[in-house]
Amino acid sequence: MIAFLLRRVGQIIPTLIILSFLIFGLQQLMPGDPAVILAGEERGDPQVLAQIRAELKLDRPIWEQYLNWVGNVVQGDFGFSWRIRMPVAELILQKLPVTAQLATMAFIIGVVIGVPLGILSATRRDTPADFLANGIALFGISTPNFWLGIMMILLFSVQLGWLPPSGYVPLWEDPVQSLSTTIMPAFVLGTGVASVLMRHTRAAMLTALSQDYVRTARAKGLAEKVVVWKHALRNALIPVVTLGTIEFGRLLAGAVLTEQIFTIPGFGKLVVDAVFNRDYPVVQGVVLATALIFVVLSLVADLLYMAINPRLRTA
Amino acid sequence: MSAPVLELRDVTVTLPTDRGPLRPVDGVSFAVAPGKTLAVVGESGCGKSVTALAIMGLLPQGSRIGGAIRFDGQELTALDAEAMRGKRGAELAMIFQEPMTSLNPAFTAGEQVAEALRLHQNLSPAAAMDRAVEMLARVRIPDAGRRARQYPHQLSGGMRQRVMIAMALACRPRLLIADEPTTALDVTVQAQILALIDELKAETGTAVLLITHDLGVVADHADEVAVMYAGRVAERAPAARLFANPQHPYTVGLLGAAPSLEGGAERLASIEGTVPDLRNPPPGCRFAPRCPFAVARCAEQPPLAPMGEGHLAACWRAPLDSLLVAA
Repeated sequence: MIAFLLRRVGQIIPTLIILSFLIFGLQQLMPGDPAVILAGEERGDPQVLAQIRAELKLDRPIWEQYLNWVGNVVQGDFGFSWRIRMPVAELILQKLPVTAQLATMAFIIGVVIGVPLGILSATRRDTPADFLANGIALFGISTPNFWLGIMMILLFSVQLGWLPPSGYVPLWEDPVQSLSTTIMPAFVLGTGVASVLMRHTRAAMLTALSQDYVRTARAKGLAEKVVVWKHALRNALIPVVTLGTIEFGRLLAGAVLTEQIFTIPGFGKLVVDAVFNRDYPVVQGVVLATALIFVVLSLVADLLYMAINPRLRTA
Repeated sequence: MSAPVLELRDVTVTLPTDRGPLRPVDGVSFAVAPGKTLAVVGESGCGKSVTALAIMGLLPQGSRIGGAIRFDGQELTALDAEAMRGKRGAELAMIFQEPMTSLNPAFTAGEQVAEALRLHQNLSPAAAMDRAVEMLARVRIPDAGRRARQYPHQLSGGMRQRVMIAMALACRPRLLIADEPTTALDVTVQAQILALIDELKAETGTAVLLITHDLGVVADHADEVAVMYAGRVAERAPAARLFANPQHPYTVGLLGAAPSLEGGAERLASIEGTVPDLRNPPPGCRFAPRCPFAVARCAEQPPLAPMGEGHLAACWRAPLDSLLVAA
């Protein structure tokens, strides 16, 4: 167990090193000169541009810029936003709770809809309930988020006036207002998660329900709901939990389009703004933080997998 | 003989399939007395496992059962699902062929044995676990307390089948159905498991319905035998009598040798041909197309006719003694 953890953590380090190459290398390929954008009105003055480049060390060779960045990151210094004039770490800490709230709500919606629907359609295979559940999942997967978002704003904000169309209030300032601003984007994001979870839960349940141990459970005289919800589900959940953790990671990585539509100031919006402004330190910081979240969550997925699968726990 | 625990009378099972209904069990009758073992013997596909599932009420949805299945004087086919569930695990128990896959990999051996006790005997979780450990010790699992906390993958095949037996017998059922309980196990383990079933049967008076294709197992462990062929009972007899004096050509074929040593043995050592397609069974005796003794009359279905005490055979040409000598 401890050996596994050490090995797994050991794998994270090379992953992050390779990621740092990618992050740094890819943004060098972005068109546009950050100095020109930062210079604004004075972009015609070569002296100003040279000064900005010197200040931001953009005149140094790329490898030196890279080592500089990595050296600072290792010490916990993610740099300073060129545009917003704030430490990147602070920016990330400011936006992360917003995205975390949205992701958590979306994930709960996804699980609450997706898993029971998957179980229902597996236990009622080839009945109208199964077809309906599959239809809902297909709808959830194939509906673009931006379209669903706009439609929800039209219905609930414009037509019915129940919910604010955009904006964000932190949870700790005004919980009710906070939930009412995030429920629509969370639902939009949650439908995608629900569809994925529903289809995987259904497949895993169908496999589990055809196993010999399910027949044994029935032979014991257990009620069908105990057979399904205890004996079959416990085994079916093993792959679904892993998948769910990865889905949660995807949500945390920020939902660019959905955050734009509902003007939620989360990770997605932060990174899009930073890219448009060629704010390299922010782009690097956010992408690295996202990658780190993902890597940690996949470790969590592995640990959960071990926790619910006795074959791995005791092997 | 005391009143039978289980009695099947003219039982038919019709299963829905993609290519139309199928009748794998067609008019089966037999009975099992308390504390006795009835072996149901036949090739795979002869309907023996489907018969077992029909008794347990575990047939796939949409299946239909005809005839009568009387258990302790009660008609099982008339019970609703809820009442049937109350019998399963409590009065009727079953163990399966594959101990490797019949236990749930996500729960410990102890939990799985305790579950039936909590359900049928309303024991508290702790009391049920204590009883489960007791049961595991009774099926000769060494260090039962520790084993109870282990998961199926940590147990050997023989040990898992012992857990299955402990689970099945935990509530002291009146009938234990053992469907090929040792087919997947090593020969030495096979003997131990069957001896264990015999022992527990003697202790508790449980009747055993032993489903097998292994005649060696039948000879050692059965009191009575029902030989099934293509969904029907071909012959029924006390075990010793069946081996000494088989009266159905199929049984003779299964036993692999005729009483006579005059050369006929070789021809019967393997049964030629294959089991008939149940979608399109031959009219009359289903064994007739493969039978060396078939005559014109075999196009009519032969009834199970008495051949001596407790001995029935469904063959127009029985008793076969003179034929076997002549062959």
